[in-house]
Amino acid sequence: MTAPASAPLSARSALSRGAVPPLLEWAAWAAAVACVFVLPSKLLLLNEIAILALFALSLDLILGYAGIVSLGHGAFFGVGAYAAGLLAKHGFGDPVTGLFAAAGAAALVGFVTSFLVLRGSDLTKLMVTLGVAMMLFEAANRLDWITGGADGLQGVVMKPVLGLWDFDLFGRTAYLYSLGTLFILFMLARRIVHSPFGLSLRAVKGNALRAGALGIVPGRRLVAIYTLSAAYAGVAGGLTAQTTQFVSLDVLDFTRSADVLLVLVIGGAGNLYGGLVGAGIFRLMQTWLSGITPQYWQFWIGLLLVVIVLVGHERLTRGLPRLAAAALRRLRGKADAPGSTRP
Amino acid sequence: MVTILFDGIAYGMLLFVLACGLSVTLGLMNFVNLAHGVFALVGGYVASWLMNRHGVSFFLCLPAAFLAAAAVGAVSERLLFRRLYASSHLDQVLFTIGIVFMSIAAVEYVMGPQQQRIVLPPELRGRVEILGGSIGVYRLFIVALCGVVALALQYLLIGTRFGSRLRAAVDDARTARGLGIEVNTVFAITFAVGSGLAGLGGALGADVLGMDPHFPIKFLVYFLIVVGVGGTTGIAGAFVASLLLGIADIAGKYYVPEVGAFIIYAVMVAVLIVRPQGLFARAR
Repeated sequence: MTAPASAPLSARSALSRGAVPPLLEWAAWAAAVACVFVLPSKLLLLNEIAILALFALSLDLILGYAGIVSLGHGAFFGVGAYAAGLLAKHGFGDPVTGLFAAAGAAALVGFVTSFLVLRGSDLTKLMVTLGVAMMLFEAANRLDWITGGADGLQGVVMKPVLGLWDFDLFGRTAYLYSLGTLFILFMLARRIVHSPFGLSLRAVKGNALRAGALGIVPGRRLVAIYTLSAAYAGVAGGLTAQTTQFVSLDVLDFTRSADVLLVLVIGGAGNLYGGLVGAGIFRLMQTWLSGITPQYWQFWIGLLLVVIVLVGHERLTRGLPRLAAAALRRLRGKADAPGSTRP
Repeated sequence: MVTILFDGIAYGMLLFVLACGLSVTLGLMNFVNLAHGVFALVGGYVASWLMNRHGVSFFLCLPAAFLAAAAVGAVSERLLFRRLYASSHLDQVLFTIGIVFMSIAAVEYVMGPQQQRIVLPPELRGRVEILGGSIGVYRLFIVALCGVVALALQYLLIGTRFGSRLRAAVDDARTARGLGIEVNTVFAITFAVGSGLAGLGGALGADVLGMDPHFPIKFLVYFLIVVGVGGTTGIAGAFVASLLLGIADIAGKYYVPEVGAFIIYAVMVAVLIVRPQGLFARAR
C-alpha cells in the first residue's frame, strides 16, 4: 500500500480514517434490505449473492491485506458447509450455533494448514492451498457414510433463526439471515483491518523483512489472519448449507476457489468492498450468461478473466474512483502538483 | 511387485513428459502457468482426432501431437503469455485460469464432453514377462520413449549452446541481453518445446490417464506437485519428483485403495515440511 503523499497524519487519525462507515455505505445496506420488498421473487439469488460476498470478503482478508494468493480457499467454505450441515442433520438445528460450529471447524483447519501454507514461496503457497483443497474434496468423497459422498448430504433440517423466524420457501428469512451475518462480519472485518494489527499485516505484505525489523513477527500475524479468513469462509459455507438445507460435493470443487478469486478481482482486492461489489456483478453475469448458453458459460467467465488481466485489474477498479476524485479536485480548483499524478 | 513398480515408473515418466515444460517455465522462468495442461489437451485431442477420423497410425500421431501443441504454444506465447512474464503472480494465476476455463468450454463445444478413445496398435498391446512380473508392452514403450526424451532434454539443457543461453537468460535476463543473447527467442523456443512435450504426453497418456475436456484441471495439481517437489534447479529435480510421485501414487492405489488418492498429497506435504523449496533447491 502506498501512503498518500499529503500531510503526515498522526497514527490514531490514520487508523480511524476509514474505520467508520461512510454515508454512502449505509445507503447501500439500506438498499440491500429494501430488496426484500422490491424484489421478493429474486430473494434466493440475492441470498446467494450475500453468501458469495461473504466468501469473497474472507479471501480479501488474506489476498488483499496479507498478499497470500490461494487457489484452495474453497476448502474452508466446504468444511464450514459440512460442519453446519452435519450438525443440523444430527438434531442440532439451531442456525446461529451452526454458524459458530462452521466457523470453528474451518478456523481449526485453517490454523493447522496455515503452517504448511505459509512456508516457502508463492508457488509453494499456490500448490499447498490447492493440494489441501483437493485432499479435502477427496476426503469428503471417500467418507460417504458421513458426508453422503457424491449424493450430497441429505436431511438437513433447520430450526427457526434465533427461535423466531422460520426458513420459508421464498428465501426471505434466508436472505435476511445471510445479509445480517454478512453485515456483522463486514463491520468486524473493518475494525480488524483498520486496527494496528491490520496495519502490521500491510507492512508484512509490503516487505516482510522490514516489518520484522520494526518488531512485527510476520509468521504469527499471517497465521492469525489466515485462521480468521478460514473462519469467515467457513461461515459462508455454513450459510449455504443452512439456507439451501443441502450440502453437495461441489462446495469443495476447484471451480469454487477459482470463482471467488474472480469475484474479488472484479471488485478489487484490498478494500473490503471489492468482494461485495464483485459478488453482485459476478452472480448476475453468471445468471445472465448461463441463461444464454447453459453449458458453456465458463468460456465467457474465462474470457472475462483474461481481459481483466490484459487491461489491468488495478486500472479497472481504481480507475473509476480516481476519475471521480480528479473531477472533484478540478471542480474545487485545487489541481494537484504534477509530480503526484501516477500513471 | 515388479509390475507395480514398473507401472509406477511408467506413470511417473509420463508425468515427467507432461510437466517438464512447466518445470522450465514455472520453475526456472518463474511464470505461474496453470494452463499448461491445455497443451496436453491439444496433443491428446489432435492424436485421437487424427486416429479416429483419418486413420493415421499411432506412431505418426505422436509427432503430430507434439507439433500441434508446440505450434499452439508458440503462437500463444507470442500473443498472450509473453505479456505476462513480468506481471505479478496473481495476474498470472488469473490469466491462466481464464485460459483453462475457455479451453475446457471450447473443447467441450467442439468435440463433446465424452472421453477420447485411443486404440493402441496391436504391436503395443499385450504383456511380457520380465523378472517375474508381467508388464504391459505399452508401458514399456512409454518408459523407453520418455527416457529418451528425458536424456535428450538433459543434453539440450546442459550440453548445448542453446541450453547455456537458456540458463543464462533465466538467471539474469538483462545481463543475458547485454551479452547479445536473444532472450525473447530463447524463451519462445523453450515455451514451444515445453508445450509440445506436454502435447506428446497428452497423446501418450490418453490411454493411461484418460483424456476428456477437464484434463487440465484434473492433472493441474500433479503438475504443480512435480514442479514444487522437484524444486527449481531444472529438469533433473522434476524427473526424480515425477518418478517418486508416479510410484507413490500407483503403489498407494494398489496396496491401500481406501486412502489411495491421499498418498501423493502426503508425499507432497512431507517433502515440503522437510524441504520447503523442493527436493533440489537452487543454492542462493
